[in-house]
Amino acid sequence: MDLSRRQLLFVGAAAGGGFLVGWHRPSGPRILAAAAKATPAVFAPNAFIRVGRDGRITLIMNQVEMGQGTYTSMPMLLAEELEVGLDQVHLEQAPPDDKLYAVPMFGFQVTGASCSVRLLYEPLRRAGAAARSMLVAAAAQTWNVDPGSCRADKGVVTHTPTGRKLRYGALADKAATLPVPAQVALKDPRDFKLIGTPAKRLDTPAKVNGTAQFGIDVRLPGMKIATVAASPVVGGKLAFVDDSKAKAIPGVRQIVRLENAVAVVADHMWAAKQGLKALSLRWEDGPNGTIATADVVRGLAAAAETPGVVVRNDGDAPAVIAGASRKVESVYEAPFLAHAALEPVNCTVHVRPDRCEVWTGSQILPRVQAAAAKVTGLPLEKVVVHNFYLGGAFGRRLEVDYVPQAVRIGQQVQGPVKVIWTREEDIRHDVVRPYYYDRIAAAVDARGMPTAWTHRLVGPSIMARWAPPAFQNGVDPDAVDGAAQLLYDIPAIRVEYVRHEEPALNTGFWRGVGVTHNNFVIESFIDELAAAAKQDPVAYRRALLGKSARAKAVLDVAAREAGWGRPLPEGRGRGVSVLYSEWGSYLAAIAEASVSKAGEVRVHRVVCAVDCGTAVNPDTVKAQIEGGIIFGIGGALWGEVTLEKGRIQQSNFHDVRVLRINEAPVIDVHLVRNLEAPGGIGEPGTAVTAPAVANAVFAATGKRIRKLPLEKQLRPA
Amino acid sequence: MVTLKINGKSYPVDAPSDMPLLWVLRDLLGMNGTKFGCGVALCGACTVHLDGIPRRSCVMPVSAAVGHAITTIEGIGATPIGKKVQQSWLDVEVVQCGYCQSGQIMAAAALLAKIPAPTDADIDQGMSGNICRCGTYPRIREAIKQAARKQTAAEREG
Repeated sequence: MDLSRRQLLFVGAAAGGGFLVGWHRPSGPRILAAAAKATPAVFAPNAFIRVGRDGRITLIMNQVEMGQGTYTSMPMLLAEELEVGLDQVHLEQAPPDDKLYAVPMFGFQVTGASCSVRLLYEPLRRAGAAARSMLVAAAAQTWNVDPGSCRADKGVVTHTPTGRKLRYGALADKAATLPVPAQVALKDPRDFKLIGTPAKRLDTPAKVNGTAQFGIDVRLPGMKIATVAASPVVGGKLAFVDDSKAKAIPGVRQIVRLENAVAVVADHMWAAKQGLKALSLRWEDGPNGTIATADVVRGLAAAAETPGVVVRNDGDAPAVIAGASRKVESVYEAPFLAHAALEPVNCTVHVRPDRCEVWTGSQILPRVQAAAAKVTGLPLEKVVVHNFYLGGAFGRRLEVDYVPQAVRIGQQVQGPVKVIWTREEDIRHDVVRPYYYDRIAAAVDARGMPTAWTHRLVGPSIMARWAPPAFQNGVDPDAVDGAAQLLYDIPAIRVEYVRHEEPALNTGFWRGVGVTHNNFVIESFIDELAAAAKQDPVAYRRALLGKSARAKAVLDVAAREAGWGRPLPEGRGRGVSVLYSEWGSYLAAIAEASVSKAGEVRVHRVVCAVDCGTAVNPDTVKAQIEGGIIFGIGGALWGEVTLEKGRIQQSNFHDVRVLRINEAPVIDVHLVRNLEAPGGIGEPGTAVTAPAVANAVFAATGKRIRKLPLEKQLRPA
Repeated sequence: MVTLKINGKSYPVDAPSDMPLLWVLRDLLGMNGTKFGCGVALCGACTVHLDGIPRRSCVMPVSAAVGHAITTIEGIGATPIGKKVQQSWLDVEVVQCGYCQSGQIMAAAALLAKIPAPTDADIDQGMSGNICRCGTYPRIREAIKQAARKQTAAEREG
C-alpha cells in the first residue's frame, strides 16, 4: 500500500520564473523523470508547489474542497516541511490530469474514500522538505557557507553564525537549477509546528459572507439557464414532447430534446422551471418500468441463498456452525439511499466547434473532462474544466452522469448554458447507495462467546463499474470493507461476497461507503450475541478485542466518557458500536436514545472516541466526526429511497427526511492522540453511527431492528 | 419594472411578478450568496430578511418584496448582529462545505435580533427550518450562543 516511499520527486523552473516541486508515481509517465535531469524549462507549470520570484508559495491542489477541510489540511502538510506560515501558502485548484495529479493507491486524480490526508501525508511533506532543502542549499551557495549552518523559517533562510538572511523568492531561480536531493529527512513529529494544531480553516471567511463560489454560482456573459427532466426510469427514453405551452412562457428560449431527457433553456431559472412544468411529456420506460423495491429485495434474497466469493476464511466456520448446539442467525437489510447534498446537481458548459469549457464542482475532474471529450469528439486538451467549491458531495460528485447530459444540451445552445437540476430531479436521478442484503450467523460456546462467524453479504459492485482494476477475483473491496477486517477474536470466520446487480437504479458511493452498511450488520449482530449471552455489550466486545489494543482503547474511552453502566432516565437506552476498516481509523461510539409510543426515535447524546493516528488538524477531525454522526443518524432513522414502476418515489426534503438542528443530539468527540499513520476521518463518523443507534433502541425497547430505516420498523402497525 | 431595496440600495428589476425573489437575486441581479436548495421552503438555504424577518426567498414572489427592506448575506455583515454572527461562525469554526451557511447565518441573525439571549429551545425553534447536510448543528448552536454573549456584553458596555 505504501507507494509514497517509492515516489520520485521532480523539480524545475516555473514558467514565468520561480521554482516547482512535485512528485509522480513510479508507474507514471517517464517524461517527468527524464525532465528532472533535462533543462528545467521543459516543465509545464503543473506541479504541486510553486515558489515564485516574488516569494509567493502556491500549492496546486489535486484534492477538492467539499467541506472536509482539505483546503486547510493539505497546505498544513506542505507548510510544515517547507518552513513557511500557513498564511503564506496560496491555493490553486489543479486542472484534471491523472498523470500529474493522481493520488497514490487509486492511481488517478480523485477526492474521496476519506483518503486526502491518509495518502498525501507523506508525499506532500516530502515535496515540501525537498523544496526547503534546495532553497537552503541555494542560500548556502550564495553565501559560500555550509548548508548545515543555515536554517529556514517563515519563508526566509538565515545563516545562523552571521545572521544574513535571504527570502525564498530571491532563492527560487537558483534553487531550480540545483539537483534534487536523493534523500530528504522529514521532521521528527515532536518538532511539528502546524501539524496537530487546530489551525483555522482557510476557506471559511468567503463562506460566511456569501462570496464563496460554488459550481451553481458560475456567471458568464450571455449565459442561459436550463433545467431538465430525464427519464424517470433508468434506461427509459423520451417518447413524446408537446412544448407549445412551455414556449409561450416569457423568458423561455428553447426546448432541447435528448434521447432520454428534455431541457428547457431560458433567461433565468424561474422561466426554465415554469417551462418544464408546462411541458407535456411521455416516456418509453423500457424493461425497468415495472420494477418495485420488493422485486429488488426478492432478487437479493435469492442471491443470498447462493455461495459467494470467499473474502476471508479463518478455520472452517460453516462446519463449526453446522455442528454447534447453540447458534444465532440473522438477516439484515439496508436500503437504497439518496445523497441529497444541499447544492443540487449542476453543470455549466460552453460548447464550441473547437473547444468545450465545463464549470462544475466535482470529486473527479479527469472524468468530467473525459466525459465532455467523448460527447463532443474533441481531444482532451480542448476540454477545459473549471472546478469550484462543492456544496456537499458525500460520494454523489464521484459520478459524472450529469456532465454528458449538460454537454449534449450545450451542443444545441448558442453560448454558455448552466444546467441546474431541481431538487426533485436531483433526488429522482441520484446514483443511490445500493440496497444490501446480509445473512450472518455465529456458533457460540457455553458462555455465549462466538466460536465461529459466517457473514454473506449481497449487493452490487460499484467498483466493477467505477474502478474496474480494483475489482479482482470477483471481490469488490469496497463492498466488503469493514466486514473482511472483522477485529473480533473468533477462531473461525468466513466472509463471503455475492455480487448481485440492481439494474433498476444506478448505484454508487454514499458517505461511509461499504463500511456504513457492513458496520451496521456486524455491530448489530455482535450486540445480538451479547444479548443472547446475557452479557454487557461493552464487556462482551472488550473480551473479543484482545488482539486489537487500539480498538479496545477507543472502546474504553467511549465507555468512560459516556458513563456506560450509569443509570439513565426512564425509557432511554445506550448502544455501542466499534469500527475498523481500510480507512485505518479506530472508532467507538455510544448513543443514547429513546423511542416514543408512535415509534419516533430521539437520539439524545452520542459519545465518540476516535483514534485516527496522527491528526493533522484535530479540530477538523472533530468536525468531521460530528458531521458524520449527524449524517449517519438521519440515514439510520429515516434514510430510504423506494421504487415503484421503476421510479424513485421520493423527491424533496419532505420525504427525504434528514436530521435538523432540533433533532441533533449532543455530540462529544474524544481524540485518542498518537503518532500512528493518519487514518481517514471524513466517513467513519457516519459508518459507526447506525449500529450504535440501533443498539440503543434495543436497549431502550428490547426491539432488535435488522432492517433500516429504523423508524419504519418501529412504527405501530 | 419594479424597484427592490436590497442591502440599502435600490435596484430596478424587470421580472414577472410571480418570479421568486431567489431567482431575481441570483439570475437577474447576480447576487449569488443566497442559495437554491429545494425550491419549496423546506431547507432554508435561500433565507433572506424582509424588514428583518427571515423569509424563504425561493417561494416569495418578487411582487411581495417590493416596498420592503431586503437584506441578504451580502449585506448582513453591515448590521452589528450580522457581523457578530459571522465572526462567531469563524471563531467556532462552524463551516464545512458552506453551501447552507448563508441561510443559517441569516436565520441566526434574525433569531438574535428577536431574542438576544436565546435558549436551546429558542435555537431549535429559530433554526430548525435550515438544513445542513454536513451536520454542523452543534457548532451552529454554540456560535449563536457565543454571538449572543458578545451582543449582550456590547450592550452592557453600551
